[in-house]
Parts: sequence; C-alpha cells; structure tokens
Amino acid sequence: MSENILILGATSAIARGTAAAFAARGDNLYLASRDVEELQRIAADLQVRYGVKVYYGSFDAADTDTHPAFFHSVLKEMQELNGVVLAFGLLGDQQAAREFSVAEKIIASNFTGAVSILSICANYFEPLKRGFIIGISSVAGDRGRQSNYVYGAAKGGLSLYLQGLRNRLFPSGVRVVTIKPGFVDTAMTFGLPGLFLVASPQNIGKQIVQTLSKSADIVYLPGFWRFIMLIIKHVPEVVFKRMKM
Amino acid sequence: MPTLTKPISGWGRYPVQSCELERPERYADLHPNTDTLIARGQGRSYGDASLNENGRVILTERIDRMLELDVKQGILRAEAGVTLADILPVIVKQGWFLPVTPGTKFVSLGGCVAADVHGKNHHHDGSFGEHVLGIELILADGSRKACSATENSDLYWATVGGMGLTGIIGEVTLKLIPIQTAQMMVRHHAANNLEQLFQLLQDPAVDDHYSVAWIDCLATGDQLGRGVAMFGHHASSSEFTGANPLVSKPKRKRSLPFDFPSWALNPLTISAFNKLYYYRESRKKSPFLTDYDSYFYPLDAIGEWNRMYGKRGFVQYQCVIPEGNALAGMTALLKELSGSRRSSFLAVLKRFGAEGKGLLSFPMPGYTLALDLPIRDKGLFSLLEKLDHIVLQHGGRVYLAKDARISAESFRAMYPRYTEWLKVKQVIDPSNRFSSSLARRLEIGCLHIGGDAK
Repeated sequence: MSENILILGATSAIARGTAAAFAARGDNLYLASRDVEELQRIAADLQVRYGVKVYYGSFDAADTDTHPAFFHSVLKEMQELNGVVLAFGLLGDQQAAREFSVAEKIIASNFTGAVSILSICANYFEPLKRGFIIGISSVAGDRGRQSNYVYGAAKGGLSLYLQGLRNRLFPSGVRVVTIKPGFVDTAMTFGLPGLFLVASPQNIGKQIVQTLSKSADIVYLPGFWRFIMLIIKHVPEVVFKRMKM
Repeated sequence: MPTLTKPISGWGRYPVQSCELERPERYADLHPNTDTLIARGQGRSYGDASLNENGRVILTERIDRMLELDVKQGILRAEAGVTLADILPVIVKQGWFLPVTPGTKFVSLGGCVAADVHGKNHHHDGSFGEHVLGIELILADGSRKACSATENSDLYWATVGGMGLTGIIGEVTLKLIPIQTAQMMVRHHAANNLEQLFQLLQDPAVDDHYSVAWIDCLATGDQLGRGVAMFGHHASSSEFTGANPLVSKPKRKRSLPFDFPSWALNPLTISAFNKLYYYRESRKKSPFLTDYDSYFYPLDAIGEWNRMYGKRGFVQYQCVIPEGNALAGMTALLKELSGSRRSSFLAVLKRFGAEGKGLLSFPMPGYTLALDLPIRDKGLFSLLEKLDHIVLQHGGRVYLAKDARISAESFRAMYPRYTEWLKVKQVIDPSNRFSSSLARRLEIGCLHIGGDAK
C-alpha cells in the first residue's frame, strides 16, 4: 500500500535522497520548501522516474504564523498523511552568528520553526493512533563546539524536542525517529577541509527510509558516527574546552 | 557558493590539472560566477575538454532532474547533468530508446550535446545534436536562452559540438526512438584484412541499424586490419518472444579496485587478448539476441576500467578520414602504429554518414578509427604527431572530446568551420568567459589571435 508522505525542506540533498527512496517504494509525496522553482523540478523528476504522485507547495520554516494554513493545504491535496520528514536546516555562518540578529535566524529555522510545524503534525497523528515523524537533526547537536555552536544548540534543542515527542506519542503508536547525519556529501559540506568517509545523500536517504522497518529511535548515519560521537561526548569538559573544534 | 580546489582529469587520466570546483544543487545557481569557467558533467571526455587549469569548473552532476517524459510522442526534457544511465531504465520500460548513444551510458546529457556524440548508427541517423529538439543555454551574463535548429539556430549549431564554450547547457529536450523490446539482434562477420572490413561496412546487403568493427591492430602484412564487423538492430517483438520484452535485468557491476602496473599491458598480453577476441567473436556468424546493455555498453560492466592503463593514464586517439581517402589513410595509420611497436588494446572502426550542422562537430562522411594508447613514455606523443600528419594529409580530423594533445595549427586545419563558429562566439561571449584547458591549448575563442577574426 502506498503511503502519503510530507517532506519539509525538500530541496536539500538529503531530502532529495529520502524522497527518492520513498518514491521508489511507491509512496506519494508532498514536497515543501521556500524555493518553488526548485520544488517543481524535483517533483517532476520523481514523477518521471518512479511514476508516483508528487505535490509541492511553498513553506517557510521561520514564518511560523503560516504553518497551520500550510498544513491544512497539504491535507486538502493529499486527504490524509502517513508520515512526515523534517529535513530543513540552516547552517548559517558561525562567525556572523556572534551577532544575535544572525543567531536568531538560525534558531528560528532549525528550532522554533521545527517545533511549530511538528506540533501541528503531532496533534494530527496522535488521535489517529498511527503515523511517523522523522526529524533530521545533526551530530552538531550532541556537543557544543566553537565552530558551529549556534547551529549545534538549535539542533541539540531539536533532538531533545524529538525525544520528548517520542515519549509523548509512544502510547498512541506514533513513531518518532531522530536522524543524526555525520558527513554527507551535500552543499553544506562541499569543499570543507578535513572531511573523511563522506556518505552520498542517496545512500543516506535509503537508510532513513529503512529505519522505518527497524526499531531504533535515534539513528546516526552513517552508523559509525555513533562511535565517533560516543568518544566526542565523553571527552571531559576540562580537556574539551581547550580543543580547537 | 563554496568551492573545492583539487587536481582532476578526464577519463584518460591525462592531463591532471588543479581546478576550482563548484557544485550547484539548484537550477537557479547554475550560472557563471567567475571570469573564466567551464561546465563538467561526468568528466567522461578523455583529455582536457572539461578541465580549466587554475580556473573554475562547474560540476553539473546535481542538476540532473528529468522534467517531462511524453510517453506518447517519445519526447524527454531533462536537466543537462542527468546521465544516460539514469534515463535508460525510465524510457526503455515505456518502449523508447536513445536516438544516438555513445559507447558508455555514464555520460551526461549536456556532455552528449557539447561533444555532439555519435553512435553505431551514425551512417543512418547522424550525431546526437540532430535529435535534440531544443536546449536551454545559460549565457555569460547569467541569462537563459532557448536554442534549437529553428530558434537561435546559429547559437544552437555553435553549441552542438561546441565543447561547452558558448555557455552552460542547462536543459535538453530529446526526441526518442520507439523500440518493441529491450533486446538487440546481432550478427558478426569476420574479415581477413582492412579492405574486406571496409567492404562489409559499406555493403547494403549486410548493413543494419547499427554497425561497428573491431580491429586486431597487431595483425600485420596481408592480415593488416583484420577484424570483426558487428551489425545489430533493436529486436522486434517477433524476434524476441519472451515474457516482459521491455524489461532488462540490471547487471552486477564490477570495478577495478586498483591501478594496473604499467607493464601489465604489453605487446604480448595485448596480442594474446586480440587473438583470443578475434577467434571468439568471429565464430558468432549466426544472429543472436543480447540485451541492450551488453550490446551498447560492454565496458560499463567494469567500473573505472581506465585504471587498466596504469597511473600515467592513456590517450584515446580517434580520427575520421573522408570516404575517398579512408582505405589509404587507415592503412597508413595502422602501418605507422604496428611499426612503432606500440599497440592499442582496443581498436574500433566505424562508418560515418553525412556531416551534421554542428560547426565544431567531429563526424564527416567516411570512416573513424579509435585507438586506446597507454602513456608509457614521451615517445607516444611523437608517434601521435605522425598520426596527426597522416590524418591531415588525407583530409581528416581528430575528435576533440577524446583529444589531449593536438596543436592549435592542426585544429584549424582539421576544423575549417571554426571561423564561422568564432563569429557566433564573439557575439555570445565577447569576453571569452567560457574557456577550458582544451580551448586555451587549441587557441579556441582567444581574442588575441589576429588571423581568426576575418
């Protein structure tokens, strides 16, 4: 049976990989992002390649006032939803984020915007007693580092929010999965120095869809990042604060 | 947009040059940001066509969406970064095929237009650009321009075969051909020498939709140019009566995990391979069925087969010699090659049909020969210069998509329509922003060359 899936932040490389993996199993999709020209191209591609129905519409994570109407329009197109993937994120410029006006934008997109739209999704699925929410957070949210702590703090907040949501929705049978990608070959990482074992977004997308047939709640992708982050999380703060990371 | 500076090469792994890579993911980001740039799809041209030493190279690999497939009329519109490998499974199951395909499916659609690639059906159907209904070209100022044989046709025929030097190809609309099955019906005919091979390739009684010949370039004397001519067509539903005629099983792909040492391919091993191949393939006299992947893309089954030629890489020398001079020219080329004690692992001969309208397109009526020559020492380059000389003497030319080393003078002699091309270039890109290592080597589009702008 094909399902109806909403992908928020559908123009990112990981979102494209995830959308392709859902479409490959025959699911119909609703793609959402601010960039409608790009959405139209991605939607057309998924329709041509996989023969599934793909809708799309404009969605701005930071503009929380518009979220209820947006969700309403998604339901109007698709009648019902089986799952939601939250894939948007704004890395921003950490140097510039020393100014609150910039930091605020990073938080508004990665955290506040995510909480806003996920609240609506959670309230939709809870009474239906089915459905899933996949939230793409980041390994950057596991520990604060000087190179990206504003982004990291927002993603860390998102990870905690997803954890609480999972706890709340468990009795209703609604699945909540937290994905923490390490290095993935995306626009965010292209050209960065010191990258190793970079995963392709297509492969990460497949693995994200595969988590639905497994029981894990918090998934590092690629899997070995669980061990890398285990080490990083256990470095004592007296040592960690001296490190250049 | 973030960039990554690193040494890259074409498929021949020669030359290797440091370039500044940029990889847009959104169509709106596919535009010039720097003074000089060249687009690169899958990097499957062999030499320096997709390199821009110390300059910007725009990778189109993520601009790869298929936008529209009209299954009734067989028309596909797609972004230029999509590969033929991605397109094929989508169109074949709907009963359509590519109108022209090169020997690998791991090329981008944009690359097929920029190199105006040809296939085994050139003698009937011409090259790629003749089957393109239109393209969207992104110009030096970032604007988008629709071009086709009927709209902005000067710019279109400067872009077909134009090696990316008129702009970035953003979208391509392609007319497909109908097929009844995913299978090919193939026949092989052995020939004892070059003359026989030519006769086979021009005999209407044995000809087919597709034709190509493989040459054992180690055979000498009376047997010079002995080989196997291979003919084929898309099998009809009466020729292939199996279930699911449009389904082709995906092949398992193996890869060469390491570079072969440079001595691995020597005259002895190459000679053994060629003999074995000749006897095996020449036995297939009666028609047989094979799937389209094995027929069109035998080398694609081995990923990174270019590593076979070792770290120093190889040069694929592909030239065409016009009809009347072809037998004399090819004989001279093969004699020069066998006299040099260098051998080509693969030598492929193919008959070309009428010349297309692409101003820098490679094909012309006659015969084309492709040789894979490993770079073991500098001596190879003096041999190749001798081959250039023979090609020029016989009125032929070398294929830019394969080339890494011809001179600017040879280029001008081989491509007489260059002056026409330059007129279009000077209007569309007056400050010569679209440039590549190949363009600078061949002095293509350089404004300082006095003699060009007549």
